[in-house]
Amino acid sequence: MSAILEIDNLHVAIGAANVLRGVSLRVEAGEVRGLVGESGAGKSMVGRTIFGLLPSRAKITAGCVSFEGRDLLALPDRQRRDLLGRRIALIPQDPMTSLNPVRRIGAQMAAVLQLHLKLSKRAALARAAELLTEVAIRDPARVLTLYPHELSGGMRQRVLIATAFACDPSLVIADEPTTALDVTVQRQVLQLVERMRQRHGAAILFVTHDLGVVAKICRSMTVLHAGRVLEDGLTADVLVKPHHAYTRALLAATPRADRPADALKPVPPALIESLWAEAHRLDQLAAARPA
Amino acid sequence: MRWSALLKRLALIPPTLLGVGAIVFVLLRVVPGDPIAMMIPPGASPADIARLRALYGLDQPLLSQFITWLGQVASGDFGRSISLRQQVFELVGARLPATLELAALSVVLALLMGTAVALVGSLLRGTRAEWLLDTANGFFLAIPDFLWALILLLGFGVLLPLLPISGRLDPQLAIAFRTHFYLVESLLTLRLDIAADLLRHMLLPSLALALPFAALVARLLKAQLAEAEDQDYAQIARTRGFSRTTILQREVFPNALIPTVALSGVQVTLLLGGTVLVERIFSYEGIGNMAIDAVINRDFPLIQGLILTFAVLFIALNLAVDLLVALLDPRLRHG
Repeated sequence: MSAILEIDNLHVAIGAANVLRGVSLRVEAGEVRGLVGESGAGKSMVGRTIFGLLPSRAKITAGCVSFEGRDLLALPDRQRRDLLGRRIALIPQDPMTSLNPVRRIGAQMAAVLQLHLKLSKRAALARAAELLTEVAIRDPARVLTLYPHELSGGMRQRVLIATAFACDPSLVIADEPTTALDVTVQRQVLQLVERMRQRHGAAILFVTHDLGVVAKICRSMTVLHAGRVLEDGLTADVLVKPHHAYTRALLAATPRADRPADALKPVPPALIESLWAEAHRLDQLAAARPA
Repeated sequence: MRWSALLKRLALIPPTLLGVGAIVFVLLRVVPGDPIAMMIPPGASPADIARLRALYGLDQPLLSQFITWLGQVASGDFGRSISLRQQVFELVGARLPATLELAALSVVLALLMGTAVALVGSLLRGTRAEWLLDTANGFFLAIPDFLWALILLLGFGVLLPLLPISGRLDPQLAIAFRTHFYLVESLLTLRLDIAADLLRHMLLPSLALALPFAALVARLLKAQLAEAEDQDYAQIARTRGFSRTTILQREVFPNALIPTVALSGVQVTLLLGGTVLVERIFSYEGIGNMAIDAVINRDFPLIQGLILTFAVLFIALNLAVDLLVALLDPRLRHG
């Protein structure tokens, strides 16, 4: 298999603080890769770098991000924008704030199809209705005329998923798409993402802090902490035989149906401390090295 | 806005006007100054004065004067102006269109200038030019309309005499208008020469009114644009490959407009209040200018009529702003 996304040794700093300290990861065509980490691990920063949405004070200090053989970071703005939404799409975290409150669902979905596939407004709306049917929304023609506040959170997330797959992208970055949803809806949304992936043949980088989700849908996974990759491999291997102490600790802290709740152990503070100490030591080494 | 909310708002109008009427009525009669004293020739006999006083009903007790006036107003009779000796309704009806045209032109100018400044400022975010623009904007905001009137009068009327500085229309161009909306009428009847002259007369006073208001609109809109640009939906539009201008136009601007209209719409009432002094400075024959004369002459019926007119305008304006906000925001439309 060939890699469609290849991140190599990515370093990102915000002001004096390093947030990514040499992240490398590959996503093969059509695969689902989990990007796992606690909050602050830098997993959202990876997505932001790909979409060019880093905060204004952030700086990419080293590394490269190549997508389908092209260096995303070096691409002129216009060419990069041509890829975004068409070849790389995002399923955002919070469906409540991710749709424009004053525009109809139809207009928001059609705009993407008009921009990238050069469809007419009418054709774009017809295609949008088909996409809504694919994500199991009943009466799509009516939903297209509604405003976001007239839909439930689960419905909005379906709209966002449908929009992400609208132009048949080869890579979809799902940024904790289930975090803001009810547990009952989470499962449906996961199944939906998997169904849409199979149908449209995209690879998915699934950003999450939930190892349960990774175990369910990801073929491979990358564990991130303090902006560093601690573990990388096939999900089946990593979950059964984790190499890194941190991954083992994370697994021990994940609730499972076949274990009593009191068997849960928090990640030991000493382990976290030693990881951060190591990260800072690496920062100092890097700073001491002449550029 | 739902219909019930609209009806509730409409039902509040009569009591509001009644309150305004009562306050003005009482205040006028409590403060010193006597309309009869302003109109009698020197040496009039006390009997003549008493007769005049009785003619205008000013010899009655306050309460019965008020009730009489209320009854007349309810039947559409706003009384006779003491100083101009004409019906108040006709006097105000002849002058109000001039003020409405001036205020409308000012609001249009202010919205155009304010929106342009806000958009340019947004595109310049984080640069030195943005800082300069903000500073200049603060300067325009800080100078009140009547001071702008004097500055413009001095600049473009006296030092660089490009524009007329008094009146509404060159008397040589005056024709028999059918309405008092001269500008609207001349545009509709394609008398563009007259329209142009009217606009030349309106330009300086409307700029004086528009400049501080434009600065306010610019400041509000620019802040709201910045806020909307940080919202998730605007960021997500970037992940879909839309250009910055498209995002500004489709995602950011319609959202930023809602609070801007809600906040600045109410400020249009301030602009209307500003017409009083600005019309005076440019001898523009609107109701603001008329109000000053009415106060100087202690013309009770005319003052009362004018204040009620302003009150109706303010109420209508507030209602219009609320309706406009509901039109812009689907969340409010569906309640």
